Amino acid sequence: MQTAPHIDIQHGAHEQGHEDLGFWRTYIFSTDHKVIGIQYGVMALVFLFFGLMLMLAMRWQIAKPGEPIPFFGPTMAQIFGDVAAKGIMSPDLYNTFGAMHGTIMVFLAVVPLGFAAFGNYVVPLQIGAPDMAFPRVNMASFWAFFVGCVIMVASFFIPSGAAQFGWTSYSPGATTTPGDGQTYWLIGMIFLITSSLLGAVNFIVTIIQLRAPGMTWFRLPFFCWAQFVTAFLLLLAFPPLETAGVMQLMDKLLGTSFFLPTGLFVGGNPADISGGGSPLLWQHLFWFLGHPEVYVLILPAIGMVTEIIANSIRKPIWGYKSMVYALLVLGFLSFIVWAHHMYLTGMGTKISTFFQATTMIISIPSVILLTCLFISLWGGAMRFRTHTLFALAFLPMFGIGGLTGLPLGFNYSDILLHDSYYVIAHFHYVVAPGTIFGLFAGIYYWYPKMTGRKMNEALGRVHFWLSLVFMNLIFMPMFAQGMAGMSRRMSNGGASYASDDGVIGLTVEAIKSNTSISHAAFALALAQIPFIINFFWAMQKGEKVTSDNPWDSTTLEWQTPTPPPHGNFDKPIEIFRGPYEYSVPGHPVDFVPQNEPDKKN
Amino acid sequence: MDIPFTTKARPDTGLYNAKLGIWLFLASEVMLFGAFFSAYILLRVGADPGTWAHGLMNVPIGTFNTFVLIASSVTVVMAWAALKSRNYSLYRNCMIITIMCALGFLVVKSFEYAEKFRHYEVWMKDGSRMTGHIDYDDGGVKKHAYFWSTKTLIKKKIESISFTSDDANQWAPGQYYPPMTKEQLEHVKKYADKGPQHHAVVTIKSADIQRLSAFVPAHSTFFAIYFTMTALHGVHVLGGAIVLSYFLFRGRKMWQTDPDRFINRIEVGGLFWHFVDLVWIFLFPIMYIL
Ligand code: HEM
Ligand SMILES: [Cu+2]
Repeated sequence: MQTAPHIDIQHGAHEQGHEDLGFWRTYIFSTDHKVIGIQYGVMALVFLFFGLMLMLAMRWQIAKPGEPIPFFGPTMAQIFGDVAAKGIMSPDLYNTFGAMHGTIMVFLAVVPLGFAAFGNYVVPLQIGAPDMAFPRVNMASFWAFFVGCVIMVASFFIPSGAAQFGWTSYSPGATTTPGDGQTYWLIGMIFLITSSLLGAVNFIVTIIQLRAPGMTWFRLPFFCWAQFVTAFLLLLAFPPLETAGVMQLMDKLLGTSFFLPTGLFVGGNPADISGGGSPLLWQHLFWFLGHPEVYVLILPAIGMVTEIIANSIRKPIWGYKSMVYALLVLGFLSFIVWAHHMYLTGMGTKISTFFQATTMIISIPSVILLTCLFISLWGGAMRFRTHTLFALAFLPMFGIGGLTGLPLGFNYSDILLHDSYYVIAHFHYVVAPGTIFGLFAGIYYWYPKMTGRKMNEALGRVHFWLSLVFMNLIFMPMFAQGMAGMSRRMSNGGASYASDDGVIGLTVEAIKSNTSISHAAFALALAQIPFIINFFWAMQKGEKVTSDNPWDSTTLEWQTPTPPPHGNFDKPIEIFRGPYEYSVPGHPVDFVPQNEPDKKN
Repeated sequence: MDIPFTTKARPDTGLYNAKLGIWLFLASEVMLFGAFFSAYILLRVGADPGTWAHGLMNVPIGTFNTFVLIASSVTVVMAWAALKSRNYSLYRNCMIITIMCALGFLVVKSFEYAEKFRHYEVWMKDGSRMTGHIDYDDGGVKKHAYFWSTKTLIKKKIESISFTSDDANQWAPGQYYPPMTKEQLEHVKKYADKGPQHHAVVTIKSADIQRLSAFVPAHSTFFAIYFTMTALHGVHVLGGAIVLSYFLFRGRKMWQTDPDRFINRIEVGGLFWHFVDLVWIFLFPIMYIL
């Protein structure tokens, strides 16, 4: 028989109010993991929008180089001054927007949403814990993140503008570019790194120490596993970037030469430095973080998709244990593949060969994860909701992103493809229609737990189908552009390399698709309107949930009141079974919550 | 519901939360300093022959500081052990010694830094180099120059400097670090006509100077990494000292109300302190000796 633990939705919020903390400590300086999760979520969504807007401006410039930007042009001219004179985007401003689009999307939007927001909200609930292990550290982590964000945003408004040298900030260029944008970037990054270190320690301790009785490692929902491995990546990969950041800051402010080689000329004059530094050192330290970082972007999304797929197909995940082992192997290997970003630096063929080998090996666990999810679908009794659609679309999109990465992993083919639009297409398939779809799935799925109301299905489907179509119209042609030889980071979309015969230079088709891609990009932005409307509308007017477990799920976050009160569970929790016991033969309903005791004993 | 295992260890992991937390934090610190040590190796291996500015550090002072830190590592364990045997006053004394050691270390270090900031190397246009001090005349008063560089000469329109050169650090064109050993020095003094003179004060024309730099981070990649790493380490020492002082001055109350939790705190603080000590044990040889 199904036990519906709590039907009374109101009871959560008020009953537990043992002490009234007041507005500031409840909503602003809160130590409650759920409030912190939502704070992260709100910030991240704002920055996702911001990053999207920067991208639109760039796409305009690529499609119509040198033409003033419609609507926003005059405002931009006012804010940015000369670099946007008459509303026309200068190459400098393009560089700034490009660098900040990357930085904001990666560090201020996707990681905070996938890892910090959902991790904070869902992980303690899923393991049956009252909160994170160190609530005050958790709050400190959020506020360090907040300061980092403020510094990053502030850098747009200083006279020299924000950082211009890509999200990778390669030296010497990043160091010798005049202005303070890079300094702001570095200081901002140091705050963001501190934030994620505090968060990572907290997540790992929480998952190891605060699992409820009976929550053994192999009863842990896959999302928690994904967060666990992600936290280790952040913990161990981010510090070297902090090291690199400190050293670049020294180069910038105190005139050291960590990354500046002997005999460097700046603007035609010999630089007044000691020299002796190594530009390659920056790249090694950066990519030591940079590669694990891509798994930080993707793993939380895979975790969410796994939860949602299990819930939607109404049967256990095929190969749950293999997925866990694959995840652990992947986490480990992600630390020894970084230099596949550096094949063209002349670091030597032996080193290239090593990193090529490890890169090929790491594709195996990734394929295992994806294959398990695909096979799981077989014979499922699907329930199609918006979150199901996003989760399903994640699989082929991430698949395309992953498979197109293989030619980049071989150093012979990478010589051709390196730094071209092929690379842009490859990693965007992973992070945009991949991770972002996973995150959308998560939002639609957990929204009822956070608010007590469901988002609208019709709007959700419009959002999904339009996003799916336009994402592909944007990124698919970029593969072709890249193979035709179009370089990334060109403010005029390659117009200066156009050639009629296409023998030397870019073909007419390659240049032309800039326009169609940009159209699709604007359409994609418009396609987010249904989502935004839905998101706010549903808070007030969405269909109210009638139980604490509207999707008939097995995991623990649905066994709490809605929304969960401070302290989460109103009774002691004990776990008796694995995470995905759907459609258990002989059981009256098609799901068995993890905390439901066995009948037989 | 309260958060479990804040004081008591969780049976299956054998750890309380903060202890696991500090181990993880230290793991990230290992990566942080590990990256610096790797950078040190890469920069040193990649340095052009003879451009790695080693041998300019004061080894006895470094050795002294090493022993100060090791001593503090011992006393912090004793403080913890004292609490375990419920001896608060012994704990307090050990903690005081630990913190005094930390402060002593920092004071010595800051004198060492200050000494470097007024110690110079000058690269002459003829390719020779030497190290020493610059004195200048400030309205009749003789002063040591701090933080000068080639730019200072241009900015202040200085035509010549009076340079007190060091004994062992004078290199002919093409020669460079490390300094001469005692035997070499004797040898040179005996046989060379124009061998190094003891603390010779020479006047150097600015026009003959290729580059002038105090021993500051911009001097060379060696001093860049030396200052960056030791400053970062110094920040850790300072942070540790502040936390330990907090345990010392504000500890009594928690000791009386929740002694187990207090002992845990000292243990966690002590683990951090050992780590800070350990980092120095690696820093000392690579910066001072090798
Ligand atoms: C959703 C739609 C998105 C579109 C249409 C888009 C478009 C673009 C474009 C046009 C560029 C610049 C290409 C160049 O000039 O080299 C770019 C760069 C980049 N994007 Fe996106 N982007 C999107 C989402 C994302 C997301 C979600 C992420 C990260 C999680 C992301 C991360 C980056 C990074 C890291 C770069 C490289 C920046 C650099 O060159 O330093 N983008 N994107
Ligand atoms: Cu990579």
